[in-house]
Amino acid sequence: MPAAIRKLIVQVDETRIEMGKAIDPPTRRALAMAVIANPCAGRYVENLDELIAIGEELGGLLGDKCVQALGIAPGKAQSYGKAAIVGEAGELEHAAAILHPKLGAPLRKAVEKGAALVPSAKKHGGLGTAIDVPLGHKDAAFVRSHFDAMEARVPDAPRANEIVVAVVVTDSGRPLPRVGGLQAHEAKGEDGLR
Amino acid sequence: MVEIRRIFTQVEDIHHEFGPLAATPQRRGVIAAVLSNPFAGRYEPDILPMMDALQPVGIDMAQRLQRAMGVGVERIESYGKGAIIGAAGELEHGALWHVPGGYAMRELLGWKGDRDAYAQGRGGADAAAAAKGQPGNALAIVPSTKKVGPPGAALDVPLTHINAAYVRSHFDAIEVRVPGAPLPDELVFILAMSTGARVHARVGGLKAADIAQWNGLR
Repeated sequence: MPAAIRKLIVQVDETRIEMGKAIDPPTRRALAMAVIANPCAGRYVENLDELIAIGEELGGLLGDKCVQALGIAPGKAQSYGKAAIVGEAGELEHAAAILHPKLGAPLRKAVEKGAALVPSAKKHGGLGTAIDVPLGHKDAAFVRSHFDAMEARVPDAPRANEIVVAVVVTDSGRPLPRVGGLQAHEAKGEDGLR
Repeated sequence: MVEIRRIFTQVEDIHHEFGPLAATPQRRGVIAAVLSNPFAGRYEPDILPMMDALQPVGIDMAQRLQRAMGVGVERIESYGKGAIIGAAGELEHGALWHVPGGYAMRELLGWKGDRDAYAQGRGGADAAAAAKGQPGNALAIVPSTKKVGPPGAALDVPLTHINAAYVRSHFDAIEVRVPGAPLPDELVFILAMSTGARVHARVGGLKAADIAQWNGLR
């Protein structure tokens, strides 16, 4: 069963000036969210394969939406993250089923490569619950300039029987990174860490 | 005078709201520009120069919003606008957005009126032209909300039909919120557009197909 999508929301947040300093080119972060029916809501379901398949479908859909919204070639994506908010009649493990087993592969295809872990967050929530989607460099998790987060929130979701699934893709790090650590241009991007 | 710090866009497709699946999902779009507020922290009697300075910002934002929505102007059926003023500013600073934001969207959608006349509080050419039939598009006033708020404040931006404010199926609102903005010395100026009626509109009233007076109301 494909995901029953009630709403699809795409945001782009572009920063041109930070603390009075021009950011050129601007930093840009794209967030795509799907509000879906939770097929396992309201009862204990042992086998979560249906949600795992939905995660695989949404990894590609939401990853592509982000890259399209940024208007970049997939290889120009720099960092990513994912998150889910499970409505009150669902179980935290439902978010895990969507996010962890199969969402990553199609997302990595959408951004090309993606050697690094996709950082994630999950929680239970009600209408308008916000979740901070953690962000990390897509090929080298230790790149310090790209540690960030983007807030995701849908005013009328999740209903009790719904799940909000969010993916963020950026074409940049923080606007004015200057706290040292591994730099993006120094990263090898082979082991996903450095 | 105009310094844009961030631009935030959002496009959403509404497939259903627990009723029949829409053949074409309703698409609603929002663009919010985060600007520094040149009047923050003091009472400035003459703020009108900022209104002129915002004219190109409005035009650029309206065009960007339409591009982000990925639809032709003929698909845009409702609109709205709003402003959130950071804590060191004044509600009146948000009112600077009425003319540059509203008329930029109306002109994009095919309005033929005299923007300068409207900016000065004159106008009414629409009504005279209306006697001869539809005088253009985007005849209706652009509904709006504004408030002073903290970073991440949510503003419900009203939406109404672009040609007749009384079209009941198109009364709607979209919640807009830019995480982290406005800081105390910032302004958030917002435009919103939608491709159609509420997804399961069914409470009667004037229908878009029955607009006849072409006066922006009915």
